[in-house]
Amino acid sequence: MLKGSVTIKDGCGHVPSLATGDLFFLLAWLLWWQAGHEDHAGPDPPRNVSAALKQGQITPTELCQKCLSLIKKTKFLNAYITVSEEVALKQAEESEKRYKNGQSLGDLDGIPVAVKDNFSTSGIETTCASNMLKGYIPPYNATVVQKLLDQGALLMGKTNLDEFAMGSGSTDGIFGPVKNPWSYSKQYREKRKQNPHNKNEDSDWLITGGSSGGSAAAVSAFTCYAALGSDTGGSTRNPAAHCGLVGFKPSYGLVSRHGLIPLVNSMDVPGILTRCVDDAAVVLGALAGPDPKDSTTVHDPINKPFMLPSLADVSKLCIGIPKEYLIPELSSEVRSLWSKAADLFESEGAKVLEVSLPHTSYSIVCYHVLCTTEVASNMARFDGLQYGHRCDINVSTEAMYAATRREGFNDVVRGRILSGNFFLLKENYENYFVKAQKVRRLIANDFVNAFNSGVDVLLTPTTLSEAVPYLEFIKEDNRTRSAQDDIFTQAVNMAGLPAVSIPVALSNQGLPIGLQFIGRAFCDQQLLTVAKWFEKQVQFPVIQLQELMDDCSAVLENEKSASVSLKQ
Amino acid sequence: MAAPMQRWVGRGRHWTFARVDGGSCHRREAPTGSTSNRIRGRSSVAQQPLYTTQKPRKGEHKWAAVVGLEIHAQISSNSKLFSGSQVRFSAPPNSLVSFFDASLPGTLPVLNRRCVEAAVMTGLALNCHINKKSLFDRKHYFYADLPAGYQITQQRLPIAVNGSLTYGVCAGKKQSQVIPKTVRIKQIQLEQDSGKSLHDDLRSQTLIDLNRAGVGLLEVVLEPDLSCGEEAATAVRELQLILQALGTSQANMAEGQLRVDANISVHHPGEPLGVRTEVKNLNSIRFLAKAIDYEIQRQINELENGGEILNETRSFHYQLGCTMSMRDKEGKQDYRFMPEPNLPPLVLYDATSLPAGADPQQVINIDQIRETLPELPSVTRERLVQQYGMLLEHSFTLLNEVGLLEFFQNVIKETRAEPKKVTSWVLNTFLGYLKQQNLAVSESPVTPSALAELLDLLDSRTISSAAAKQVFEELWKREGKTPGQIVSEKQLELMEDRGALEQLCHSMMEAHPQVVMDLKKGNPRVINKLIGLVRKATQNRADPAMIKEILEKKLSS
Repeated sequence: MLKGSVTIKDGCGHVPSLATGDLFFLLAWLLWWQAGHEDHAGPDPPRNVSAALKQGQITPTELCQKCLSLIKKTKFLNAYITVSEEVALKQAEESEKRYKNGQSLGDLDGIPVAVKDNFSTSGIETTCASNMLKGYIPPYNATVVQKLLDQGALLMGKTNLDEFAMGSGSTDGIFGPVKNPWSYSKQYREKRKQNPHNKNEDSDWLITGGSSGGSAAAVSAFTCYAALGSDTGGSTRNPAAHCGLVGFKPSYGLVSRHGLIPLVNSMDVPGILTRCVDDAAVVLGALAGPDPKDSTTVHDPINKPFMLPSLADVSKLCIGIPKEYLIPELSSEVRSLWSKAADLFESEGAKVLEVSLPHTSYSIVCYHVLCTTEVASNMARFDGLQYGHRCDINVSTEAMYAATRREGFNDVVRGRILSGNFFLLKENYENYFVKAQKVRRLIANDFVNAFNSGVDVLLTPTTLSEAVPYLEFIKEDNRTRSAQDDIFTQAVNMAGLPAVSIPVALSNQGLPIGLQFIGRAFCDQQLLTVAKWFEKQVQFPVIQLQELMDDCSAVLENEKSASVSLKQ
Repeated sequence: MAAPMQRWVGRGRHWTFARVDGGSCHRREAPTGSTSNRIRGRSSVAQQPLYTTQKPRKGEHKWAAVVGLEIHAQISSNSKLFSGSQVRFSAPPNSLVSFFDASLPGTLPVLNRRCVEAAVMTGLALNCHINKKSLFDRKHYFYADLPAGYQITQQRLPIAVNGSLTYGVCAGKKQSQVIPKTVRIKQIQLEQDSGKSLHDDLRSQTLIDLNRAGVGLLEVVLEPDLSCGEEAATAVRELQLILQALGTSQANMAEGQLRVDANISVHHPGEPLGVRTEVKNLNSIRFLAKAIDYEIQRQINELENGGEILNETRSFHYQLGCTMSMRDKEGKQDYRFMPEPNLPPLVLYDATSLPAGADPQQVINIDQIRETLPELPSVTRERLVQQYGMLLEHSFTLLNEVGLLEFFQNVIKETRAEPKKVTSWVLNTFLGYLKQQNLAVSESPVTPSALAELLDLLDSRTISSAAAKQVFEELWKREGKTPGQIVSEKQLELMEDRGALEQLCHSMMEAHPQVVMDLKKGNPRVINKLIGLVRKATQNRADPAMIKEILEKKLSS
């Protein structure tokens, strides 16, 4: 079945016939296409695009303008909070000069990228989708942002998220929910047409997952080649799964957190969202490494750059299947894809073992305590004094604090602050915080034991099911949703391990489903190598958004008139 | 920063604030409560190890006070504990503030190696056990000058524990005997300083200066082994000297580099400890002693009158000389401690645990720091006593006064005079003049070389000691003359011509026949009057002993 989902391969042959398409689109897509799905006849997308840039087939400015125009066309997705058009064009201009002088900075030079709006960007508003930071313009770049810029990447803008990254839908920020580009894909629309019950088309759009939903939507809708997310409990992997992308969470300590506005310092990592594994490796290569500004980054020499070999065979590989991840809430489609993936590895000669991570079920409740305590602490600095929102009340400093924080934070953030402070009270500390830390150790040890038993990589679902419609999603509150949706991703953050969600196939509804690979700490390269092999086997289809790109307003008003897909 | 930070009005205000805060002239710290004062009989510190009520009733037993101190010493370092901003006193407001110090979201702490070394050094000097692994914690409270809403400190596992501090308390009738005492040190922890708030009541504004925010502090926690203000004062003074000798803190209280909070309770010996109060804002050693003694007496009076002591924070009002409740409306603070997630455990090494091939820039070796420890004040005192034969209390005075020891040693180096003579001149004449004019040693108009030259003149009997005093007075006027010049200008050389002196005595006796009569009638003390007259006639140039000898000879003949 996995190989069966390769309808796309046919599409591949049709690409040249796309003469009527938009030039950039054709070019970029074409290159990407070959890279991702033509058995690596060419290098992966950004590198391929950069080859095009080097050969002068396209200039960085053209590339940038195409992406900017796509951003405008897909504005209704609400993927971006801030579009840094001027900055991007200026960077493109500089990149162009470098290419002309033959002084390209590398694979990422001239490549459009987007950054989640909880990374500090010098001179560009950074809001965390919160009233509290509306209008806040950081005076410095997060290390990861700086590293991307140092590589010549073009910063297209800052992407939408749940307020302070607290959520799993990208629905709870002050700028409104992010819409999943797949809602408008040919694949999904066609399936829906077959079902007579689905009538209310336009209000039935899907969530992206979260909290890095803006970044996922931005990459998925081709407005950039890669985007930074953040991942504290699954915030990169979850939207990647829902948007049909590769979502990579590096080992804790491999990539600097300096400038990432924290959710849970001990679990946060910058995440990478791309359309294929090789892209993720290129970006990781640019980001990884010790940062003197982040004391939790590791100094041990790391294999750089992250060039991924193409695995010829997987017979020496041992894949672990954690039995605790098979839970009743798991949709049958995901479950079946999961087992097929396991079968695939086995049929190709890998050893597939059932393993036990016995403390998995405690992970969510443990996370709840640890997350809220760090949130309570991290949010203490938002007092209206030095930056961000300040209320008009000035009867006393205390009254100003209270009103500022009430106005600045949404219910979700305030609720977490309240619980966190409760857990940290002297009389509760031992019973909650210390116990949660002990449980965290047990969870981390579960993974150590699994890996010690000879397993190289664990294979699990990323999410319970495919993306759900927004109206369905908001029937439950943020806390319930986070508890449900983080279930397969969260424990990894407790243990600081690398994990990646790989898009596997489309569901019966025509929506992406992802599976997760979890690696040993700091074996990120090994993990991505396995993921790359798997990616190649499954041949996940490209999102068909031609209609959207041609005239997105027409898409919404008149579906029939926009039925031409890039792949036809 | 999106919203501009509120700024100080100007530099002048800053100074005003610092002075009010410090309660004393910023130029120097009066060495009150120290042995030097007591030796000269100017003690301003009440000394009452055991307290009795003013009217002891029958069956009443004595009260004992229990005092513990928490001392915050600003680490002398170029940059702050967790950021690269400079550390400097009295810089323009908010001019030494990094993004981390202002708590911009996304910034992370990076530990300053120098601060860790200072903590280890201080721990070793105070006989502490240095923890090879220590941890950082967040202590939460909302305050305008604490931008992160928490302070990074070491609550659970501090860098140094279980030390001791030996200090000397003066005793005996003339307070001239030094009795060594020891106070145990519970722990030394590294933590961040806060910024400063200035409340402008007129405009009902609070102005924030974050220059101090994030400066490294050593919090030295003493066990409650002290029993009165003077003990506390001398212990703190000794700690101050140690920190200054180590160079780990400038420990200038007037500049806020050393701040003391005192926990005070009273009880009847043998009975459980009483409820304690905490007295804050003690920023001079004199006020520390005063505040503690006031608070002890207040608690005794309160309990004697049937009142009770509240577990509260009080501040010392230096003008009224009393402590007052700070009336914290919030009630008891729960600081909601939690581990600082952005700092890995601080691991130190010694010669045995140092990993092979470790980059010396990446590790801190306790044994290596131990080898670099300078001479500590107690050792210096012993050396002074041995080397120069001075009394122990003199060595205390020499060390207590900032710069005095160095001054003394420079004089010693340049003079032929006996060390005892030098000690006496430095501690009595020189220090006396300084005190009188409230000057620091560094501000003295008399240089060590000038005093050395003066003492040489005295030693070679070129001038009398009275003339020497006169020369010293001239030197103090800062006219830029050397002692030699002054002596020759004022013709102060000792009269060596015995014949001339005899002549002078003779004519003086003739001019005052009444005095001579009185002498002969058997009132020997009036000879002093004659001596005085002769000396005056010689402009103090004659040796009084020689005058006396000549006069006596003439009278008896």
